[in-house]
Amino acid sequence: MPIPRLSRTAAVLLLFLLLLPGALARAQETYFVTYSHQMEEPGNLEIATKSVTGSPRGGNPFFAPTLEFEYGVKAWWTSELYLDGQTTANESSVFTGFRLENRFRPLLREHAINPVLYVEFEDINSADKSLLEVVGHDGRQDFLGRNDRSERKREMELKLILSSNLRGWNLSENFIAEKNLAAEPWEFGYALGVSRPLGLKASAKACTLCRENFFAGVELYGGLGDRYTFGLHNTSHYIAPVLRFDVPNGPGFKVSPGFGLNDYSHGALVRFAVSYEIDQVAQRLRRH
Amino acid sequence: MNRLNGAVSSRTASAVRDLLLLLVLVGYALSLFAAVGDGAWLKSVPQKDRARPNPLASDRDAAAAGAKLFGQHCAQCHGEDANGSAKRPSLRSEHVKNATPGELQWLLTNGSLRNGMPSWSRLPEPQRWQIVSYLKTLQ
Repeated sequence: MPIPRLSRTAAVLLLFLLLLPGALARAQETYFVTYSHQMEEPGNLEIATKSVTGSPRGGNPFFAPTLEFEYGVKAWWTSELYLDGQTTANESSVFTGFRLENRFRPLLREHAINPVLYVEFEDINSADKSLLEVVGHDGRQDFLGRNDRSERKREMELKLILSSNLRGWNLSENFIAEKNLAAEPWEFGYALGVSRPLGLKASAKACTLCRENFFAGVELYGGLGDRYTFGLHNTSHYIAPVLRFDVPNGPGFKVSPGFGLNDYSHGALVRFAVSYEIDQVAQRLRRH
Repeated sequence: MNRLNGAVSSRTASAVRDLLLLLVLVGYALSLFAAVGDGAWLKSVPQKDRARPNPLASDRDAAAAGAKLFGQHCAQCHGEDANGSAKRPSLRSEHVKNATPGELQWLLTNGSLRNGMPSWSRLPEPQRWQIVSYLKTLQ
């Protein structure tokens, strides 16, 4: 029974870490699908739940939560583990697999455009609905069948992340290539994001609802077909405004309604996330 | 018997080799942390950045806002009092005291990724200047 044991271990770990006094720092990434060149601070662990919910036309409503552990190995290297699950109305609730990703900043200085190399291994099944990225011909029709875990997908995903920070704005572009290791063709996708804090200067007073703690942005993402049918034909695309709020020295919250841009897409998706960042986690564990 | 002895000594040699490698890596890591504190990054700052004045130098609230930002982003490594810790450098050092505002802004923007200092370019530039204002009050 590896899955319940894993869940129990994760729950105990989460509880233990949350009990550490004064351990919370700020959460970071504004986007849900797009990555910027922001890396986790070395030694910090971010624990987040990212969820997406939708009601595909002709299918059952679903809710797909993801538990994410992000650790700053080095200032230029961030590693993440995702545990995925989903529940579909009138069907079932299932654990759908895990993802292990690593991001590397090859250039150690800040430039006008900052590249990050992203490598991910996924071991998920065909019931996965987390929609952490959209590639190939992913679309609404994938969610119309009943929950089916029969197909196991071991996939390698590569991303080229390009990101710039200018005058308070972040502009990020991701180019995605994903390969099911079971002899299926490479699939491609993209994600673009732009965001900005609502206040560029911090207030001198301690405050929770100050403008600098709010961030607004918008994401555009979708599939670009596969190696044999590259392009926009039979691909889904979404536009999604994002709003993020960070409690100073506390958790971060973000929400994003997403809208399908063609008939191949889901009509609407709603994403939300809660994240906690625990600073210098290894030192804290040693101290206890 | 000789073969058994050979296998044991080969395993011992392998363990010694691994231990030496570990020591070298630990030494390298420690030297990197030392490099952050010794102000080596100062040599990397381009002249035009070095000479940049703090546009918030006359803003009376800038240091207070910087102190707040320091508590949110920097204190986790450098300590609430900016005195550093065993592995993280003090910001009350001579290097930081003598650094120009432009040099400190450059360090916050670029970080020193090889040495464990992250880039804070995700903070808007005015907030980085507010942190610089606060760092200058530590002297």
